[in-house]
Amino acid sequence: MINLLYFAGIRDLTGVPEEKAPLAGRTVGELLEWAEEKYPGIRGGGARVAVNEEYALDGDVLAEGDTAAFIPPVSGG
Amino acid sequence: MSIYEITDKPIDPQRYADHVLRPEAGAVVTFTGHVREWTKGIRTLYLSYEAYVPMAEKKMAQIGGEIEEKWEGTRVAIAHRIGELDVGEVAVVIAVSSPHRKAAYEANEYAIERIKQDVPIWKKEIWETGEQWIGDQNKKPEVRNT
Repeated sequence: MINLLYFAGIRDLTGVPEEKAPLAGRTVGELLEWAEEKYPGIRGGGARVAVNEEYALDGDVLAEGDTAAFIPPVSGG
Repeated sequence: MSIYEITDKPIDPQRYADHVLRPEAGAVVTFTGHVREWTKGIRTLYLSYEAYVPMAEKKMAQIGGEIEEKWEGTRVAIAHRIGELDVGEVAVVIAVSSPHRKAAYEANEYAIERIKQDVPIWKKEIWETGEQWIGDQNKKPEVRNT
């Protein structure tokens, strides 16, 4: 299973801060497609995905036990 | 030894300036970012900050590492607060020491720019008329007449 984390406006959209999904072996791009189907509009805001606390590319493959976080545009400072 | 931290407590900027001070440093530049009351004509009542804490601290440490590579002899400390902050409170502090002032000024500005690009921290503005998460892609709604 993959641990999914949602923050800020994306969490408002999903309604939950985290969940698990059977996406091991899939790519980050496929994760985004999965999420868009479940939560329409999640890709629209320019979110990036971080895997195990590092920004990931669409082609990166998820491994069992990974944590993937949806990072909406940041606004610190 | 370094400080890169997310905290839910009020920030004392001097603590970070003291942390980077050392005998080789002829300059310490400390930047503090504060909660601003008015943004584009809209009055903020307070801000709420959220972070993906372990990743945010890791990204801030990476930024510190970039700085110490780009500007020789610098030392960096960064802290960002989360939770609810009132107007005027310190949201972020960046302290940079260096042998001479130019590097400390430049490196300090570099740090805030990089934080705004990559560190997973989000600000929600709460106004009299509503609230919104702020991000590059977000636009403020029109001010409504009430």
